[in-house]
Amino acid sequence: MSEKLSIGRAINEGLRAAMERDDKVLVMGEDVGPLGGVFRVTDGLHKDFGENRVIDTPLAESAIVGTAVGLAARGYRPVVEIQFDGFVYPAYDQIVSQVARLHFRSRGSVRMPMVIRIPFGGGIGAVEHHSESPEAQFVMTPGLRVVSCSSPHDAYWMIQEAIASDDPVVFMEPKRRYWETGEVDRDTRPGTTWSSSVVRPGRDATLLAYGPMVATCRQAAEAAVADGLELEVIDLRTLSPLDLAPVFESVRRTGHAVVVHEAQRTLGLGAELSARITEECFYSLEAPVQRVTGYDLPYPPSKVEDIFLPDLDRILDAVDVAREIGSR
Amino acid sequence: MNVPRTGPTVSADLVQLLTPQGERVEHPAYAYSGDLASIAALYRDMVLARRIDTEAFALQRHGELGLWPPALGQEAAQIGSGRALRPQDYAFPTYREHGVAWCRGVPPVGLVGIFRGVELGGGWDPAEYNIALPQIIIGAQTLHATGYAMGLTFDHAVGTGDPERDAAVIAYFGDGASSQGDVNEALDWAAVHQAPVVFFCQNNQYAISVPLDRQTAVPIAQRATGFGIPGVRVDGNDVLAVHAVTTAALQRARDGEGPTLVEAVTYRMGAHTTSDDPTRYRDAAEVEEWKAKDPIDRVRTYLENNGQPLSFFHDLEAEADQVGSDLRTDCAALPDPDLADMFDQVLVETPDELKEQQAAYVAWRDSFEGSLA
Repeated sequence: MSEKLSIGRAINEGLRAAMERDDKVLVMGEDVGPLGGVFRVTDGLHKDFGENRVIDTPLAESAIVGTAVGLAARGYRPVVEIQFDGFVYPAYDQIVSQVARLHFRSRGSVRMPMVIRIPFGGGIGAVEHHSESPEAQFVMTPGLRVVSCSSPHDAYWMIQEAIASDDPVVFMEPKRRYWETGEVDRDTRPGTTWSSSVVRPGRDATLLAYGPMVATCRQAAEAAVADGLELEVIDLRTLSPLDLAPVFESVRRTGHAVVVHEAQRTLGLGAELSARITEECFYSLEAPVQRVTGYDLPYPPSKVEDIFLPDLDRILDAVDVAREIGSR
Repeated sequence: MNVPRTGPTVSADLVQLLTPQGERVEHPAYAYSGDLASIAALYRDMVLARRIDTEAFALQRHGELGLWPPALGQEAAQIGSGRALRPQDYAFPTYREHGVAWCRGVPPVGLVGIFRGVELGGGWDPAEYNIALPQIIIGAQTLHATGYAMGLTFDHAVGTGDPERDAAVIAYFGDGASSQGDVNEALDWAAVHQAPVVFFCQNNQYAISVPLDRQTAVPIAQRATGFGIPGVRVDGNDVLAVHAVTTAALQRARDGEGPTLVEAVTYRMGAHTTSDDPTRYRDAAEVEEWKAKDPIDRVRTYLENNGQPLSFFHDLEAEADQVGSDLRTDCAALPDPDLADMFDQVLVETPDELKEQQAAYVAWRDSFEGSLA
């Protein structure tokens, strides 16, 4: 049976399912208790699972992740919420120097089954530190898995897969899409959700995105139909490690790749994707890989965020540029 | 043996039970309850811990280790607290807790691998000895300790009254770490959640070269008041006092009465590490002053004055020689790591991409003449 849920609700239901299945699963963070989190993603969990499993923490991000390390060492599976992307930096040291490395440092004897949930990205008219896309900083850190969901169905299953993993997972949630709804099939457990997924087939160019930009790319592909273009859209879903086989297969077919993300361009995911696609698909490419990204600015004031963020026009323009080069 | 249990308090004085001259003294709140044999056992631990430390120092000077952080002078703080732990308790050390590791049963060779460059963490499985791996990021482990302690509470391993079940955590850190945000977050968090953790600060007077008065405007133990937990200052060179104070604090934690901050006032007799030169930042006179307060000498004086047979000291010297000799041998026998193995240790489930890099490295390595392949 499938039902219509928002992305935020789907994550909530996924958390609930994981907590029911395993009593070692804990939810902890700022305001995750009776309030249900500032985005209500943990709504109702405190009431149903109690304050020892849904923990309103002191307002200290390093401590949230640092104590979760200790809880994981004790056999728990903490799911920590970082309230906003830009608040993760106080916890950055614990994530990068501890969470990501304890397994390696201990030559495999210590495991860190921890999920770090981060609502990320812009588009909600927020003040500074509430609209950022720091995913590449975790992707370039060995010892972490990084995933991002873009649909309610994926959100429901991906959070459960993250919690079940014995590796630490940074779980990037597309905050401006929290309220978008879609069908969720809760009965049929899919295979791994940590794989690139073709969400719209096409033949003329491949759009690569994750999280909030998947919907934007789908809209762009929809609009391109009027111009007679069939754009393929791939939702990467797993950012570290990348699942590139479906990407290479697609690009070899279309000859064009356009990477889209909100994060700034320099050393964003697009840089790695561009390099890997060039290495693997060099002779199939009809034009250089295009990148449509945030500009290399700190995230700007919200009155101009719509210009900063990739949108349908910029994506289609990049497709045009690529095809123009290819047709020379 | 009992901490006042009505609200946060700070003992203004330094808890001392054995003077530098080797004389037992009374304290209104704390007493060491062990017999002469127990004191002799603490003495043995301190002597062996010092031998391990000086042996490792010598190994560095002989080029066998790249670096060594000596614990010389801090034996009473480490053995006194380490021996207050029960098997089910858990310790979170820094990189200088050689004596604590000894108390937990970690083989001495487990301490030197990091400094020989053959591993990052330490040569033991934390679950086997209930002591976490050494931590180099200053103060980070105090948060891990607090989380682990919360886990004890969730597991109903606190306050049951069963001495085999109730457990506590001890978090080691130094005077320098007391300035770190993580340490202050841990103190606050533990106090709010009444986590069963003892914050054990070895105030050895220096953070590398920077003296205590550049870290804190008040005695470290006094900060406990602000967090709403008891704080105790103890003579960190007095193994009996450290043992008594830590025993009480751990019991308080096991009983479910929350955290305690212990400040063990001691002195780092040696350098910060073998790469350091303390003559650049402290006077010889200061070092001499602390030499007179040596943690081991005062116990020896006490034992000699109270009928410990001379053969004990003689036998212990031989045992220490053996421990030192074993450490030299074991250190030399530590195998170099194989980079190829490390690709499998990044994540529990190794991604294909890492396996590809691993295969590429192995192929590259094996392509050279005279390679192992």
